[in-house]
Amino acid sequence: MPDEKKVVLRRLQSAKDLGKFMAEYYYELDEAAKNGKRKIAWCTSVGPAELLRALGFLVYFPETHSAMLGSTRMATDLIPKANAIGYSPDICSYLTADIGAYLEGISPLAKVFKGIEGPPRPDVLVYNTNQCRDVQDWFEWYGTEYGVPVVGVQTYRNVGEVTDDHIISIKKQMEALVEPLEKIAGVRFEREKLQEAVRLSRKCSDLWKEVLDTASAVPSPITFFDGTTLMGAAVVGRGTQKANDVYNILLEELNDRIAKNEGAIEEEGYRLYWDGMPVWGRLRMHAELFAGLKTNVLASTYCNSWIFSALDPAAPFTSMARAYTELFIVRSDEYKEKYIREMLEFFKCDGILYHDAKTCPNNTNCRYGMPQRLQDETGIPSVTIHGDLNDLRLLSDEQTKTNVEAFIEQLEERR
Amino acid sequence: MTKDQGSRERHNPRPIYVGVDVGASRTKAVVMDRERRLLGRAVRKSGTDFSESSRLCVETSLEMAGASESDIVNAVSTGYGRKNVACATDTRTEIGCHARGCYLAFPMAITIIDIGGQDNKIIKLDAEGRRTGFKMNRKCAAGTGAFLEEMSPRLDVPLEEMNGLAMQSTDMVKLGSFCTVFSATEVLQNIRVGKHVTDIVKGLFFSVIKRVLEMDSLTENVVMTGGVVAHNPYLVEMTEEAIGRRIWVPEYPQLTGAIGAALYAMQE
Repeated sequence: MPDEKKVVLRRLQSAKDLGKFMAEYYYELDEAAKNGKRKIAWCTSVGPAELLRALGFLVYFPETHSAMLGSTRMATDLIPKANAIGYSPDICSYLTADIGAYLEGISPLAKVFKGIEGPPRPDVLVYNTNQCRDVQDWFEWYGTEYGVPVVGVQTYRNVGEVTDDHIISIKKQMEALVEPLEKIAGVRFEREKLQEAVRLSRKCSDLWKEVLDTASAVPSPITFFDGTTLMGAAVVGRGTQKANDVYNILLEELNDRIAKNEGAIEEEGYRLYWDGMPVWGRLRMHAELFAGLKTNVLASTYCNSWIFSALDPAAPFTSMARAYTELFIVRSDEYKEKYIREMLEFFKCDGILYHDAKTCPNNTNCRYGMPQRLQDETGIPSVTIHGDLNDLRLLSDEQTKTNVEAFIEQLEERR
Repeated sequence: MTKDQGSRERHNPRPIYVGVDVGASRTKAVVMDRERRLLGRAVRKSGTDFSESSRLCVETSLEMAGASESDIVNAVSTGYGRKNVACATDTRTEIGCHARGCYLAFPMAITIIDIGGQDNKIIKLDAEGRRTGFKMNRKCAAGTGAFLEEMSPRLDVPLEEMNGLAMQSTDMVKLGSFCTVFSATEVLQNIRVGKHVTDIVKGLFFSVIKRVLEMDSLTENVVMTGGVVAHNPYLVEMTEEAIGRRIWVPEYPQLTGAIGAALYAMQE
């Protein structure tokens, strides 16, 4: 009988610091929700968090909660609850899983953090549609449910070159948020506080970029699967010093691995780029699958989405408008292809894996001929797996495995 | 070839290699010699016990080859149940094995269309037999053998009679739906309006072809393999008509995966 090899994943020690950071973050929110001493804003993951921090809000990001629903494999049973009240199984499974969890009164936070029952009650919900329209629908449902205001920014889509017109429009929308948010926060907006939040956020972004860029080393000290959990601080903590402290520790460990020529997996035979969302409920399975094939999936469009190099404390609104419009997800296919080409070269990738996530078309880039075009331009082969970020009913593990194994065989043949 | 394998080959008067393809529907085994001649073969239902079906298949193919288990220098398995084959020392994917098996029969740049019981594959090889790309069907049975298996009882037609019936069609029914369940509804609708079973079956065959052809583009030389092709050669004729050129079919289209596995066994 063919041997089943046991795969050992190399854990990063600093993941513990990240875990501690996340615990403190959720306990602070929970306490504020219970004692009412701090106002809480719910924000989309690439929404204007800096403005909310400047106004003294504690900021909660429902997408992180949805990702937890996915990684704890609770989502698949909860999605149908939202489907039953009119939210289609074909739309964002972050939205359907999260609303399903609310309807059922359950949360992975309660499982992970003792004493926390669930997400903190919001005083306001703030979105930016730069990711998709679903976030607006998602937040508006909660706005009605909690009886609190919902405000937001309507983005542009399919943006090629980011022009001054784009920036002026988004900047105006962001500035227009100040007045309603001041009323909810009960404080006056101070430009200096926004500048400080933008400064901290930019620092966080720079550190996160440095962390991800360590994957260009051969062997890479980090995997995409590490990145999907380590990015927690960049999502929920950007604009705070604590997040930056965590990334300084992580960066030190990664640079130490590079100095020791120590890879994230035992043997790095092939280097892959992952485009699209992770399959949250299969993170470990996928990490082991690739490591077992001596392959490191080491870079991704997804983890890079929390790099906001345009943020500039000297021009907080303008630079926020630029940073949140320059995002990969907002851009045209022409831009995206150029970006991925650069990433493939920078990270020295042998191949690219596209995750066609059934319920997340905006984070799926293989439906309009991009894999074929990129392969023609670069000669770097690709494989597509069909799945979903949260809804495990939409994937076949066996088919994913066969596709991945066959792809690595193909790379072997061509080496 | 490994050192160990080389030693086994030298000390064995009749060295043979075994390839086993445990598919979702059928298990296939072949026995080959070093000259890549097919000495024995067997096909049986995979059933619910992959270990047993593969064991029986290997036993039958060894008998046919007039060989015994001790003659086996190496064995490689493939297919969904590839981890359940007792005699195999290694596994390879169906995609790799079909590629090897087809290239043995047609050593040139080819596009392989494999229609299996549970999934379809399109595999492209360059002139040296190296894979340049591949596609598997999405999470949907449309266009696979499972689609025809699902439709056969609805039409009250045994699976093995479908090929003959499709050949008798004079006015093929066009089925538009992508989905197996919706196609079944369309079939019922056609029965209700009195369409001939022969024309409906041909429509089902054409539906399979459409699903496969929309998976990927084809290169000049096309090869078709798989159990569905083995049992329904008319499907190949229809595909030739659809693409407007000849399609190559190996002598044993259902065995290409197992043959490829045996070739890997030789290499390893």
